Amino acid sequence: MTTVAAPSAGTALDRVDGPEKVTGRARYAYENVPADLAYAVVVQATVSRGEVRAVDADSVLQLPGMIATIWHENAPRLAPVEDAELTVLQSPRVAYRGQVVAVVVAETLESATEAARLLRVDYRPEPHDVELRPDHPGMYRPDHVNPNYATDSELGDPDTALAFASVVVDATYTTPAQHHNPIEPHATVALWDADGLTLYDATQSTSGVRATIAPLFALPPESVRVISPYVGGGFGGKGAPHAQVVLAALAAKQVGRPVKLAATRRQMFAVTGYRTPTVQRVRLGADEDGKLSAIVHEAFEQTATIKEFAEQTTVVTRMMYAAPHRRTSHRLVRLDVPVPTWMRAPGETPGMFALESAMDELAVACGIDPVELRVRNEPTIDPERGLPFSSRNLVACLRGGAERFGWAGRDPEPGVRRRGRQLIGTGVASSTYPVYRMPSQASARAEPGGGFTVRIAAADIGTGARTVLTQIAADALRVPPAQVRMEVGDSALPRASVAGGSSGTASWGTAVLRACEGLMDALHRRAGDVPPGGLEASADTAEELRSQRPLSRHAYGAQFAEVGVDLDTGEVRVLRLLGAFAAGRIINPKTARSQLIGGMTMGLSMALLEESVMDLEFGDYLNRDLAQYHVAACADVRDVDAFWIEEEDPDLNPMGSKGIGEIGIVGTAAAIANAVYHATGIRVRDLPIRLDRLIGGGI
Amino acid sequence: MRVNISVNGESMAADDVWEGESLLYVLRERLGLPGAKNACEQGECGSCTVYLDGTPVCACLVAAGQAEGREVITVEGLASGGELDEVQRSFVEAGAVQCGFCTPGLIVQAHSLIESTPGVPADAEIREALAGNLCRCTGYEKILDAVRLAAVRKHQP
Ligand code: FES
Ligand code: FES
Repeated sequence: MTTVAAPSAGTALDRVDGPEKVTGRARYAYENVPADLAYAVVVQATVSRGEVRAVDADSVLQLPGMIATIWHENAPRLAPVEDAELTVLQSPRVAYRGQVVAVVVAETLESATEAARLLRVDYRPEPHDVELRPDHPGMYRPDHVNPNYATDSELGDPDTALAFASVVVDATYTTPAQHHNPIEPHATVALWDADGLTLYDATQSTSGVRATIAPLFALPPESVRVISPYVGGGFGGKGAPHAQVVLAALAAKQVGRPVKLAATRRQMFAVTGYRTPTVQRVRLGADEDGKLSAIVHEAFEQTATIKEFAEQTTVVTRMMYAAPHRRTSHRLVRLDVPVPTWMRAPGETPGMFALESAMDELAVACGIDPVELRVRNEPTIDPERGLPFSSRNLVACLRGGAERFGWAGRDPEPGVRRRGRQLIGTGVASSTYPVYRMPSQASARAEPGGGFTVRIAAADIGTGARTVLTQIAADALRVPPAQVRMEVGDSALPRASVAGGSSGTASWGTAVLRACEGLMDALHRRAGDVPPGGLEASADTAEELRSQRPLSRHAYGAQFAEVGVDLDTGEVRVLRLLGAFAAGRIINPKTARSQLIGGMTMGLSMALLEESVMDLEFGDYLNRDLAQYHVAACADVRDVDAFWIEEEDPDLNPMGSKGIGEIGIVGTAAAIANAVYHATGIRVRDLPIRLDRLIGGGI
Repeated sequence: MRVNISVNGESMAADDVWEGESLLYVLRERLGLPGAKNACEQGECGSCTVYLDGTPVCACLVAAGQAEGREVITVEGLASGGELDEVQRSFVEAGAVQCGFCTPGLIVQAHSLIESTPGVPADAEIREALAGNLCRCTGYEKILDAVRLAAVRKHQP
């Protein structure tokens, strides 16, 4: 027990669950097979607003293997909860096209799918309203924006400052709806027995699903167990429970057998959330040297009629650059559309596309290098909260990135560099992401036979949480990581916060560390003797988090892109993408690099490919599969690299880490759009940067 | 109908298979081999890639009946005697695995590329060969590292 090992944190430990994943042994939600299993398939509304008049269950009754058709008239009653996305099959109302109006349960997936296809549903349709327009009469001011930020902010007198500014940028940017498309579709296996309800679920939060689902079925939380050891990606889409988990539980209850239910890829476009589209107006006022006097950032977004999700698009502008006069706002309209949700860096991702594009426009207008412009507007304290920064190394990222990228001597003239049939350009944008930490619990146990087991209900959705927590625990226990068995992904383990807000390592790591420290103390008191029953300690970080002093805590980064734009076709290729990040202490360089590069690649994908197109006539997203909703494939990516600046920040958490799961996507699209401008002279303010936007722009 | 397939060297049979069922469905839901993943069911993501008589295919696009009497190798069949295959080992060591859902398909595809290429394939070749296997997590860089590493190990041991 007294082994002293070299610290594991900071080393590139291989992913501890790698072998399970490369051999196909890792079991994901849909792959659990309790005895007597039945298959459920959902039926989606084919009208975008109205009422279900009747479901002709008889129309499929005679199909082989049919077990049940469940719809609002025969579905088990759910307790009323605030989240109407979850109170499925309780009323005839249809709030958007694609909403689930029935579930068919059968002996095989094929029979259930066939029945779902044939089921006759009769609707009373109503005219729908699905078009996001900033001048929509239904635009309103939400009470707050996600997760709990003020809707608007104002300092000084931005209108007057803009009127007197020597240089003004006033531009409107748009970002389309985007769908997460984790490679694993949302899936649940639900099982009722004497103990209550067990859910094998693809989720970013087993504790969260338990807390949300229990009241719907009027169960105490202890009667619901959510098991989710492996999750095939989430990106926010599996952050909060969606309809599928409730439907699986409800169907299993109705038929009295375990039920499996997965959304198909096509169904995911309506039932598992998406990033709201935005329209953003940015106004910047500056003097001739590019020093900002005013920043105004206004966002217009959509949400569903049944649930409000207010993306915090302009919140990032409140802390990014110094300016005495400033205003930010959010306006929302409720449309007959599916429910938007968190998607990788909600707020920062669309918001920084607009702000960082506008900063590039300002650099051009002032004739100042865009790296230099950002450096000149670096604040000394958080401009709106008035708080000191715990650490802020944006300038180091900009300078360090510029040096590695070979930015020096860049000719700012747009549209003048040719290589063969391509126009070449380079662009830069800043990145940032807040440091969140949420209360969690953990336990650590010395096993009588040697070794340790550390438990926390955290979710490893591919981030590497299991690996990084193993390292944190190993260091606290002063043993090599191989002596630590990390258990995650089960609501029966000590309660953990959601894998969201890039907060996992900070939140769970603190709990794991404290539990291990507690165990070390206990062992110390026993002179290292482990009793026959083992020795356990646990921790709850709620108190520790409450005593954290107020500071402005964020990770920063700078992204550099080089693009080639085909002169004839307008095709954009990102030739190089380099990210420089300052995100506290990096605990595992191997998993961290992959997270950052993965985020940047999703940003590249957002810049050039991703767009969910609303069909105004039928009222739903038109391109509902991976053939039509493009995500970057291997051949779309050339050279993406990330590095980080060592950062010591004692005011974060005991590990000194900042989150890295989301910052990689923030600013990427702006860096690419800015590079496209530099290459072509065409400023694309609407994502994605499609060929027609360049050809149409007169390339 | 009954379908007989040799899977990972073992003769297997599935009964009451509906004509429209895919090989992927039979593997995952009837034969207890969920290694190949179901992520789009229409040939767009490559997560379901398996070998069919030595050629990598999207198992979601192959009708189960088409596999009758043929030989299928899935990701579960690549490791032998508890030893990871070179490609599997390289994926772990290079950090090419995140959530792991794209991984089985990518490993089969990469395995095939390496088997059929003398020497270490060029980056462009790797990117092209893997272009049908979507990964939403990694940004592909580490996957390229893994493929290069595996190719070097296989061809220059
Ligand atoms: S599941 Fe077969 S290609 Fe996607
Ligand atoms: S590792 Fe998650 S999709 Fe590739």
